[in-house]
Amino acid sequence: MALSDDLRDLYQQVILDHSRSPRNHGRLEGEGCLHVHGDNPTCGDEIDVWVKIGPEGQVEDIKFEGQGCAISQASASMMTVKMKGADAARLRTLMQDFRAVVTGEGQVQDEDALGELTLLEGVQKFPQRVKCATLAWRAVEQALQQSQSGGHA
Amino acid sequence: MPDLSHLRADFPILHQQVGEHPLIYFDSAASSQKPRQVIDALVHYYERDNANVHRGLHELSNRSTANFENVRARVARFIGAAQAEEIIFTRGTTEGINLVAHAWTSQFLQKDDIVIVTGMEHHSNLVPWQLATQRCGAVLKHVPILDDGTLDLEELEHLLTNGPVKLLACVHISNSLGTVNPVRDICARASALGITTLVDGAQAVGHVPVNVQDIGADFYVFSGHKMCAPTGIGVLYGRLDLLSQLPPWHGGGEMIESVTLEQSTYKAAPARFEAGTPDIAGVIGLGAAIDYLEGVGLENIQAHGRELTAYAVAKLVELPGLRLLGPPPPADRASLAAFTLACAHTHDLVEFANTQGLALRGGHHCTQPLMKRFKAPGTSRASFYLYNTQAEVDRMIDILRQAISFFS
Repeated sequence: MALSDDLRDLYQQVILDHSRSPRNHGRLEGEGCLHVHGDNPTCGDEIDVWVKIGPEGQVEDIKFEGQGCAISQASASMMTVKMKGADAARLRTLMQDFRAVVTGEGQVQDEDALGELTLLEGVQKFPQRVKCATLAWRAVEQALQQSQSGGHA
Repeated sequence: MPDLSHLRADFPILHQQVGEHPLIYFDSAASSQKPRQVIDALVHYYERDNANVHRGLHELSNRSTANFENVRARVARFIGAAQAEEIIFTRGTTEGINLVAHAWTSQFLQKDDIVIVTGMEHHSNLVPWQLATQRCGAVLKHVPILDDGTLDLEELEHLLTNGPVKLLACVHISNSLGTVNPVRDICARASALGITTLVDGAQAVGHVPVNVQDIGADFYVFSGHKMCAPTGIGVLYGRLDLLSQLPPWHGGGEMIESVTLEQSTYKAAPARFEAGTPDIAGVIGLGAAIDYLEGVGLENIQAHGRELTAYAVAKLVELPGLRLLGPPPPADRASLAAFTLACAHTHDLVEFANTQGLALRGGHHCTQPLMKRFKAPGTSRASFYLYNTQAEVDRMIDILRQAISFFS
């Protein structure tokens, strides 16, 4: 039986690999660590992100745990790889560019920085899966807001 | 298995392609498809008979009213109610339960009283009871579910006989597990203890023969759209002596006897509970659906569903990494099979299936506590109805095998 190109685009090998063997999987503990839980109540995807933001707003470390579809878990894994070590400006660009990639709206400013995250472009053809792809990212946004308002979860 | 494959010709929607593949519709537990006979009845109603009911003296209104009330009597016979006045038309199962959770509880439920539900209820038979018990300070308890997907009947007995239990709300057939609950025994026991019973028959009516007097439920609720009728129409059955004691729920036209600027008096059931212009076309469609299903025969539909499901379950459990929820064979199971795959989350699987023309349902099926109970983030569910075939099940198994190799 032939599989559609859209499906193969959605589930590229790199994406399946990240979902099977997630990078930066686990928790962070210690001073200055932020923890945010995110979920998609309608589909049951869940994610916990731990992030340590340095004094200049750079991501010193980031880890996640979660359960859910391949898209949500792969996106989280690929996100942590790209975010680890990123300074505040790069982090902002990364987040804006990723949103542009999965929604097809807006301009990507730095495609090289996104790297394999651009593979999640296939989500555009499956609008209901955008919220899966962005789950971990929304959790990080929330963590950054907490960090800026000085509150620790 | 009764051969019902000729019925597929009655369902226009089934004869279409999804992309390059023929549609396989295995999501009837969410909503069934409609036969030509029901669609024609709606068209006929709007082309020939449309007028408001109960308030005109002209020909069309008379005709519309007669057809509308004929369906009420038709529904009463279909589910074995003692009289047509016990049939209240609602928007669906959810509204029927909310009606009872308001009208009945305002009359009969007090602080510290107990309402019992089960751990396998659809949110629609859980949340209204959470709201109702919270409103009046009553206590909500639940019957646990055993590992085989059946109710813990020993614990149910314990719950029923401890404290001021006033109402038991229980699903007839689980939409997530396929479990067929022994509602007749449960209602008999509860009634003997003076406890009011409500049975959620959303997955039962139109799939198996249902007789509310035989079951012995005080209230029984179901939806039209899961039994070949349109969306937006449902039924609340209530024992007439009980309905007669309930205050109105919604106020408005049609439910009153006389109105002054200060106060009103209300009609008896069922009109008391049907404020406003009802879904007349929906009722007409429901009548046509009952005619259709009785023409096929509920015993035939039940036998077909049972055997098709057994056929599917036997093949599903052979797939690597597949975990079936609900009663293992050969236990009685309704026309659905819910499962998880070790290699793929339900949304990945359902997405994959969709590209092959197969409509499965993925998620928590509005039973989040049950998903938690079985430690499943969600399940994939194949649900069948009279128009589904063994060939479609075979094709589903092929697609699942393909998905397993894709995601592994």
